[in-house]
Amino acid sequence: MSKTLSIDGQEIPFEDGQTIMQAAAANVYIPHLCHHPEFTPHGSCKLCTVKVNGRNCSACTFPAAEGQEVLNNTTDINADRKKITQMLFVEGNHFCPSCEKTGNCQLQAVAYHLNMLDNHFPLFYPQRELDASHPDVLIDHNRCIFCTLCVRASQEQDGKDVFALSGRGITKHLIVNAPSGKLKDSALVADDRAAHICPTGAILIKRTGYTIPIGQRLYDHHDISDVSLATAETQHDQ
Amino acid sequence: MHVFIDKLVAEHQFKATDLLAILRAIQARYHYIPPSAIAHLAKVLALSASHIIGVVEFYSFFHLHPQGDYELLISDSITDAMLGKQALMDLLSEKLSVAVGAVRADGLVSLANTSCTGLCDQGPAGLVNGHPLTQLTPARIDLITTLIHQHIPVEDWPAELFAITDNIKKTDLLLTQPMPLGSALAAACKRGFTETLAEIERSGLRGRGGAGFKTAMKWQFCREGHADNRYVICNADEGEPGTFKDRVLLNQYAHQVFEGMTIAAAIVGATQGFLYLRGEYSFLYEKLAAILHARCEAGLLGENILGQGFSFTIKICLGAGAYICGEESALIESLEGNMGIPRNRPPYPVTHGYLGKPTIVNNVETFLAAAHITLHGSATFASMGTQQSKGTKILSICGDCLHPGIYEFVFGTTIKDILETCGATEVLGVQIGGPSGVFISAQEVERRLAFEDVATGGSFIVFNQTRNILDSVTNFTHFFAHESCGFCTPCRVGTSLLKQQIDKIVGGHGSAGDIVALEELCQLVKSQSHCGLGQTAANPILSTLERYPELYQRLLKKISYEPGFDLDAALATARHLTQRDDAAAHLAQIGEDHE
Repeated sequence: MSKTLSIDGQEIPFEDGQTIMQAAAANVYIPHLCHHPEFTPHGSCKLCTVKVNGRNCSACTFPAAEGQEVLNNTTDINADRKKITQMLFVEGNHFCPSCEKTGNCQLQAVAYHLNMLDNHFPLFYPQRELDASHPDVLIDHNRCIFCTLCVRASQEQDGKDVFALSGRGITKHLIVNAPSGKLKDSALVADDRAAHICPTGAILIKRTGYTIPIGQRLYDHHDISDVSLATAETQHDQ
Repeated sequence: MHVFIDKLVAEHQFKATDLLAILRAIQARYHYIPPSAIAHLAKVLALSASHIIGVVEFYSFFHLHPQGDYELLISDSITDAMLGKQALMDLLSEKLSVAVGAVRADGLVSLANTSCTGLCDQGPAGLVNGHPLTQLTPARIDLITTLIHQHIPVEDWPAELFAITDNIKKTDLLLTQPMPLGSALAAACKRGFTETLAEIERSGLRGRGGAGFKTAMKWQFCREGHADNRYVICNADEGEPGTFKDRVLLNQYAHQVFEGMTIAAAIVGATQGFLYLRGEYSFLYEKLAAILHARCEAGLLGENILGQGFSFTIKICLGAGAYICGEESALIESLEGNMGIPRNRPPYPVTHGYLGKPTIVNNVETFLAAAHITLHGSATFASMGTQQSKGTKILSICGDCLHPGIYEFVFGTTIKDILETCGATEVLGVQIGGPSGVFISAQEVERRLAFEDVATGGSFIVFNQTRNILDSVTNFTHFFAHESCGFCTPCRVGTSLLKQQIDKIVGGHGSAGDIVALEELCQLVKSQSHCGLGQTAANPILSTLERYPELYQRLLKKISYEPGFDLDAALATARHLTQRDDAAAHLAQIGEDHE
C-alpha cells in the first residue's frame, strides 16, 4: 500500500525519498521559482514554503512523510508568498512591459497567480550590468533572482561549470566562469540547457525575443498553476 | 607569486577543503587575492575560478581589490559605539587621510568598519592586519597613525596596543573546580564511554551556544547508525556581538575544552576533530596549536589515546569574517572550503555533516562542561540551576557597568542579581543573547537566566538611562543586513528592507503607516527565513516595538505617508546641472503643505 500525506485536506500518494514538492507535482500546484524537477533542489526562493504540522518548511527540500498534514493554498501563506515575490521584484530592476520575456516569465506569472498588483516595498534600483559579449546569449543582470537554475543546469546537465553565485547578502550576484568574467570567454553555447533554463529574462537567447508576439505567449493565456500541473502530468506519463 | 602559492598549497596537501586557510595566507601577504592567484589556485586545487571568487567575495576578510599595506578595521559593535568609537574613527580617517571604507591612493592604508571583534570589555577595539587592537584612545590613535606613517611593521608595534586581558570577574562550578591534565579523559575510559554518555545525559547538559539542544541526545544521534567516519567540531566562531567568553575560555581553559572534544570523539566514534576559530581570534592560533601538540606528546591526542586503542586528532581552522558561520551547517560548509551558506535541513549534521558524515557541532563552553561532568560526575551539576536548565552559564558582560568581563552564574539567577554583581546602575535595559536575543527592560529584571525564561549564548549588554534604545536597534539591524548570507529571499531582501525602514523612521521621515509596515515586514522575515539569522534579525525591532511603542511613535510625522527620501535633496543634481536655485527649482516634501 502506498503512503499518503495530505495537502490542504487532499490525500496525496508518495514514495519514500520524495520531497513534498515531488509528491505534489501533478496533483497540487505549490508556487516555486528556484525549483525545477530535473535539478537538485535548492530551497532558496522560499515561495514554496508550506506549513507542515504547523511549521514552515520548503516543500522542494522537505521530505514527504506518512500522515503529514500540509497547508499550502491558504490566505496567510499566499499573502507571505506575494510579499516574497514583491521582494524579488524590488531588489532587481524588472520592467515587464519592456522585457523580452514578458508573458513567458515565471516571476511575472507567479506574480499574476498571487494577484500581485504593486511592488509594496520601495524599489532598490541597483546598478547592474548587461553582458552582451556572447554571440548568441545575453545576460541582463537586472533580472536575475539568484535561483541558481543556470548554475545547476550547467553543472548537472551540460557537464560544464559556467555560472556561479558570488557575494553575500544583498550584494549577491551571478558570475561567469571565464578569465575575463565575460560570457563570450566561457564554455557556454546556445544549445546548452543553462542558456534556456532562466525563469526570468536574465539569460536570453539573442534574436529570439519577439518571435512570438506579446499577447500570444504562455502565461498571457494560462495561469502558471495550470502550466505547472500539466507539465508534471506529461512528465509523469513519459 | 606562483612559487609562494605552490608552496602554500603543498603545505595544505592540495586539499580544496583548506581553501580558507590558503586564501588567508594570500590575503595576509598581498593584501588582496590577485586574479592570477585565483587562476593558479583553480588549477592546482582543481576548483573552478568562480568557486574561489565566490568564497573570496563571501568572507569580509578577503578582497578582490588591493587593501592597504596596513588594513585597519574598527569594530562597530554597539558596545564600541558606546565607548566612543565614532569619534575615534573620525580621528583615524582625518589623520590617515583616508575615507572609511576606502584605500588611500598611495596604498599605504585602508580603513573600514568590521563586525564585533569580541573585545567588548576592552573596547573600542579593532584589527590591524588581523592583529587585535584594544582600548583605543585618541592617544593610541596618534601612536598608530605615527607608526603607519613611519612604515613600522605591525610585528614591531608596541605590545601594549595589542594587550588583551581576560577580565574573569566571577567564577563558579566550571571555572573553579580543578581538572588535572587528562583526568577527565581517564575518568571517561574508566567509566566506559557509553556510561559516560549516560552520565552526561543525567547531568541535563544543554548546548551553550544559545539554542539549548540536549548535548547527550545530539551525541547519541551521531553515534547511531553505520558510518565509516564521524567528526567532532568545536564551534568557536563567537560572532554574536557582545560575546567574548569563548575567547577567554580558549585562552585559559583550552586543555579542558580539548579534553571535552576528545571525550565526545570517543563516545561518538570520531577520529578527526576541528576547532573552528573565528578569524578575529587568530591571535590565539599559535597558543592553541602548541597546546594540541603538548596533548599529543602526553598521549591525550593522536594514536591509541591513553592506551585505549582509539585515535583522535584536532585541527584548528580559522574563519574569515562571517557571522553566519556560527550556524552549524554554515560552519561545516566553511570547513569544507565553501561559502558559509546554511544547508537545507533535514538531513541534520548528526547524520550528514562534514563531508556528508555524522558530525556533532558544539559550543566551546559545552565541551568544557562535558569534561567537568565526566570528571566530577553529574550530581553536583544537575543539582544546580532550574528544572530545565542545569548547571551554570558563563556570560560575557559589557556595556554600561563598572566591571565588564566574564561571569559564571548558576542558571536561575535573576537578571537583577547579575546587574548588581557587575556594577550596573540606573539601568534602562539589557540586551541578552546579543542582537539575535531579546531586550529586557528595567521593569523585567526579576526574570531569570534560563532556557525556559531568558536564554543566551553568553552576550549580556547593559544600557543605562542615558542611552537611546533606537541607536542599538539601528546598529543591530544594520549588522544583520551586513551579515545575511543572501541565500534566501526573505532574509537577503528582508534584512535590507528592515535597515531602510528603520533608517527612515529614525531619520524622522516616518509616518503612521510606516510602523505598521515595519511590523509586518518583521513578521515576514522572522517566519519565512531559511535559518536562525533571518529568523532572529527582526528581534531588535520587535522586542523594542513591544516595550517602547512611544519611542517609535514620537519620531513619526503627523501624516499618513511620507516617502523614504528627501524630495528636495533629490533635485540637487538637477539644480546643479541647470545652475538654477530659484523657488520653482525646489520641491516641498508632500504632507503638511497639502492637507
